[in-house]
Amino acid sequence: MASFWEYANPLKFMRTTDWLLPIVAVAAAVVTSTGLIWGFFYTPDDFRQGATVKIVFLHVPAAMMAINAWVMMLVASLVWLIRRHHVSALAAKAAAPVGLVMTLIGLITGSVWGQPMWGTWWAWDPRLTSFLILFLFYLGYIALWAAIDDPDTGADLTAVLCIVGSVFAVLSRYAAIFWNQGLHQGASLSVAPGTRMDWAYKAPLYISMTGFGLIFLALVLAGTRTEIRARRMKALVMRERMA
Amino acid sequence: MGPEPGTLALIAPGILWVGALLACLLSLDRIFALDYEDGSLDLLATAPVPLEAVVTIKALAHWLTTGLPLVLISPVMGLLLFLPGEAYLWLILSLLLGTPALSVIGTFGAALTVGLKRGGLLLSLLVLPLYIPTLVFGAEVVARGAQGLSTATPLALLAGITLGAVALLPFASALVLRINLR
Repeated sequence: MASFWEYANPLKFMRTTDWLLPIVAVAAAVVTSTGLIWGFFYTPDDFRQGATVKIVFLHVPAAMMAINAWVMMLVASLVWLIRRHHVSALAAKAAAPVGLVMTLIGLITGSVWGQPMWGTWWAWDPRLTSFLILFLFYLGYIALWAAIDDPDTGADLTAVLCIVGSVFAVLSRYAAIFWNQGLHQGASLSVAPGTRMDWAYKAPLYISMTGFGLIFLALVLAGTRTEIRARRMKALVMRERMA
Repeated sequence: MGPEPGTLALIAPGILWVGALLACLLSLDRIFALDYEDGSLDLLATAPVPLEAVVTIKALAHWLTTGLPLVLISPVMGLLLFLPGEAYLWLILSLLLGTPALSVIGTFGAALTVGLKRGGLLLSLLVLPLYIPTLVFGAEVVARGAQGLSTATPLALLAGITLGAVALLPFASALVLRINLR
């Protein structure tokens, strides 16, 4: 019985992802393009929102992955702090830029969608505010990784930052909700997906969400492999110098 | 923004709290920097006092030199911004309750970036998102106080954040300090 922790061994990880990564990458490309093409070209226009509603197929999956990426980083950070598996720390490092871009896609598509729907590019709605804060958290996390030379120190510090940041990110989310409702009446600007959506929209949306999950997986695997190779190269250079 | 009393009074709660936050931010990188440079931080880390206690005292010292003066000077600042009369009590109370959280969270940020040469900007970037809940609830207390509304909820949440931060964050700060001194 193979244990999940076997993949903490970089060699085993590299060997497995060697054949897994192309499969995941191709699957990500196929599923995402299916979801997006279906969503953009083969769904009817909404009777009130028109064709603008179709940005949902980009907006919701990106926003979902922006949050999921942070959760994955949190789990990976905990694994690193508790079990000291280097692959875990490197996976967290590789996930951060992907999460940052997903947050940015969520913010930009939301802004583009908000312009015709709400008549504004930006509103201090709780969700928008939370995402802006999440964006700052990603920036800080990536900047801290970049600022520290020693890889183990960097992994430790960013892991602690990720854990503390998670607590404050949740607090910020509730603070944003509280703040907004404190000033205005509960504005129901955000459209909850999946609740009262027709299957004509729901099916491509689910496919697109799966596709974005696969994209994230493929990019994190590729990023982790790059990090592992960079570590090996560094070790080789060091050995060269010592000899 | 203009000098109109009406406009200033409207934005005073937010401005005063943002001002307090920025004033805290400015002095954060001095919490550990000097001790790190002259080696006294290593002595503190090896001292019989737990590092968690050292970190807590450091945060307290930061609060005494930054947070407390801000609390004391805040009525004058409120006067300059035409803060409504009924909001003064809430301004002082919210700053008194909230600024300790700013110092404790800031100490965590300072501990995180202590070994870095150009840590100042990074420190601000790391600490700013951590400050947001404190800022929101603190400013909300004053804003509600100025409008004569009930301030109990944001005040309780603000106190909750401060107590939670004071109780838990020193452990995280001490942890990252140990990592940085390794």
